[in-house]
Amino acid sequence: MAAERGTAAETLVGQVVLPGDLLLLPAHYDEDAEGERLRLSAGAAPQGRLLCGPGLRRSGAGLLVTKCGLLRHRPAGGGAFWVDSQQKRYVPVKGDHVIGIVTAKVGDVFRLDVGGSEPASLSYLAFEGATKRNRPNVQVGDLIYGQFLVANKDMEPEMVCIDSSGKSSGMGIIGQDGFLFKVSLGLIRKLLAPKCEIIQELSQLYPFELVLGMNGRIWVKAKTVQQTLIIVNILEACEYMTAEQRKQALAKLSGN
Amino acid sequence: FMQRGLDSQTKKQLEEEEKKIISEEHWYLDVPDLKEKESCIIEERSFLPCEDLVYGRMSFKGFNPEIEKLMIQMNSKCKGEDIEEDDKMEADVSDEEMARRYETLVGTIGKKFLRKRDQRVLKDDDEDEDDEVEEGNSNTIPSKRAKKMFLKPQD
Repeated sequence: MAAERGTAAETLVGQVVLPGDLLLLPAHYDEDAEGERLRLSAGAAPQGRLLCGPGLRRSGAGLLVTKCGLLRHRPAGGGAFWVDSQQKRYVPVKGDHVIGIVTAKVGDVFRLDVGGSEPASLSYLAFEGATKRNRPNVQVGDLIYGQFLVANKDMEPEMVCIDSSGKSSGMGIIGQDGFLFKVSLGLIRKLLAPKCEIIQELSQLYPFELVLGMNGRIWVKAKTVQQTLIIVNILEACEYMTAEQRKQALAKLSGN
Repeated sequence: FMQRGLDSQTKKQLEEEEKKIISEEHWYLDVPDLKEKESCIIEERSFLPCEDLVYGRMSFKGFNPEIEKLMIQMNSKCKGEDIEEDDKMEADVSDEEMARRYETLVGTIGKKFLRKRDQRVLKDDDEDEDDEVEEGNSNTIPSKRAKKMFLKPQD
């Protein structure tokens, strides 16, 4: 992910910030009664609201940093600031797509382990085309790809496998075979970036299927067990490899 | 108490009385109201809107064709280009043809709801039209016969 330079007040974009740092925002983000003065000022005042992403908190006139990491900025669409931090432990966040493992079936609700502090709950009606008579075929130990409906620190997280229009759009039970393994959250975000080189290079190797959960879990399935394991090893190792090392490794494999 | 058909006036009086009772007991701050600043900052705990991440389910080289279709669908939702193309593709009938069809359709359905007298008038008009066409008359607007009105009997 490329570090983008921010505005003059934000000289810390792309640099390490620590919890407790206060970031001052440019004046046009404060709306007071002097709104007219701001509109008259020349220069590109971003339309819309500023997005204060994970690792940052609003405080008074500026943003307070709550996690250590690199400060990132996106100027498009009203602007966004967030802290790019590394962690292995997942905290459920509303709207995230994750892979969960069914651990128990309690009445009409499944308990899923998503790697957070609490198991998430998933109702059997939250699948596409599920009715009281037409129940989904979910067993203990199945893998489910879903998104969080409710996820805050006060309540038990709830998951669903349909989106707001009632369609499953790829969510639901993940099929048979395949291999599930865990990586750090930063790698997942790297892999899910719009044009990820790792994924593009891997896709040239063999046909395979990949499901990435924001909780650090990846599920891979390829035609043979050996191919699956190769992909798993590459994905695990590519976090700490440079681009050249990765290309060398892939070249060796495609040569085989 | 539940009273049916209570006058609106008496209702208002009752409400006002209740409000008075409440406001006397209400504690309020003697401080001027703080202006609520409409803040321009939205707090978001998820990485999804920040970094424009793609959809998590992927398939390559035709391993799972449904997921490959899904990938194209989900990733173009962000851009919205493909969706516009689909709308244009779905129009099998062109707009002009639709307009022509509607023109004639309105006429035929309209005839159905005419009263009997008007229907007879219309039929005569059609015959007149045919005669006119045979004569080679290029007058496209058929002359309508005057409707049969009530004739006042002459003294």
